[in-house]
Amino acid sequence: MTISGVALLAICTLLGNYLGDLLGIALGVKANVGGVGIAMILLIAGRIWLVKSGLFSEGLKKGVELWGSLYIPIVVAMAATQNVVAAVKAGPLVLIAGTGAVVLCFCTVALISRIGPHGETMDEIEAREALEREALREAEERAAAVHLSAKGA
Amino acid sequence: MEALAKLLNANGLIVAFAVVGLIMWASYLISKHLTFGRIHGSAIAILIGLALAFVGGVQTGGQKGMADLPMLAGMGLMGGAMLRDFAIVATAFEVDVALAKKAGLVGALALGLGTLLPFILGVVIAWSFGYRDSISLTTLGAGAVTYIVGPVTGAALGADSAVIALSIATGVFKAVLVMVGTPFVAKLIGLDNPRSAMVFGGLMGTVSGVSGGLAATDRRLVPYGALTATFHTGLGCLVAPSIFYLVVKALIGN
Repeated sequence: MTISGVALLAICTLLGNYLGDLLGIALGVKANVGGVGIAMILLIAGRIWLVKSGLFSEGLKKGVELWGSLYIPIVVAMAATQNVVAAVKAGPLVLIAGTGAVVLCFCTVALISRIGPHGETMDEIEAREALEREALREAEERAAAVHLSAKGA
Repeated sequence: MEALAKLLNANGLIVAFAVVGLIMWASYLISKHLTFGRIHGSAIAILIGLALAFVGGVQTGGQKGMADLPMLAGMGLMGGAMLRDFAIVATAFEVDVALAKKAGLVGALALGLGTLLPFILGVVIAWSFGYRDSISLTTLGAGAVTYIVGPVTGAALGADSAVIALSIATGVFKAVLVMVGTPFVAKLIGLDNPRSAMVFGGLMGTVSGVSGGLAATDRRLVPYGALTATFHTGLGCLVAPSIFYLVVKALIGN
């Protein structure tokens, strides 16, 4: 049933936000602390549990995935309802923070990619796989030939 | 005319679905034909959303962008915290734990750094622009992580709408830069194998930015980058309004 997926999602979202509120109170801040993240973990755990106990169904999956696929449109609606006029007045913060974050991350990718053994490039992987396929085909042909000659004898 | 206005006013959420659907459709057309797929349709759609919010704000003098126009009040419900949290949580359903283990330690390291570094940078820049309260600083720092982590954090902490708009704009700008810039720096940062693609996905974060950027670089790398990038938003939504906020609050003292 599709509604069971929507309900599972609703329960996880409510529980996650409730736990986030409780965490906020426990930590002495007037805010929801990581509620969405907690809800996501609950949903992943819920899915694993449902699959294991054989309760997972196509309908359930459909119910959750419908909302997952609406996420970008909802973000667009959210963007369209922000106080952009006030934000524009704040000036170049967006450009500086955005550019800075990208440059910083590019540099870190370069750094981490150089740590440890160099991975195979996609071209190398495809070349190796082609060779392996070739070797496998040859081996099969040889086996077939041996089989034939054995029959002939 | 009056009958139409009445109908639209009475069906706010449905109107919002139709309007956003049209925006998405137009954005994907723009992405395909004007940028040749280089800039992802979703990023264009969010930019159009922000532009419309600007128009709405100028027209009405209100603070809720398009939602201040009575006929489009449903946009407020569709883009509000309730449905947004609901949809974002749903995206976790597609996370495959077995695949996650494949990404391994290096993916986890990249994810951690990819959340922490942009956040610190965002907070520092927000500070230099005169923001001094921990809620605004955390929200703007989270916006430098992704355009989702920013508003989720801002809403959880109760940030000002203008600050949330800034955090979305920062994240979208970052995503667009990643999409456009990746092919140009790919060689320089060693982006030619699955391992570095997973590192890249974890560090850059935005799924649309990563998949767009990798597709323009080498299509075969997309699944590896997307694999780590999918965890980025979840991790950001978990730590930004919690650990990061508490640290910022402790450092600043308000």
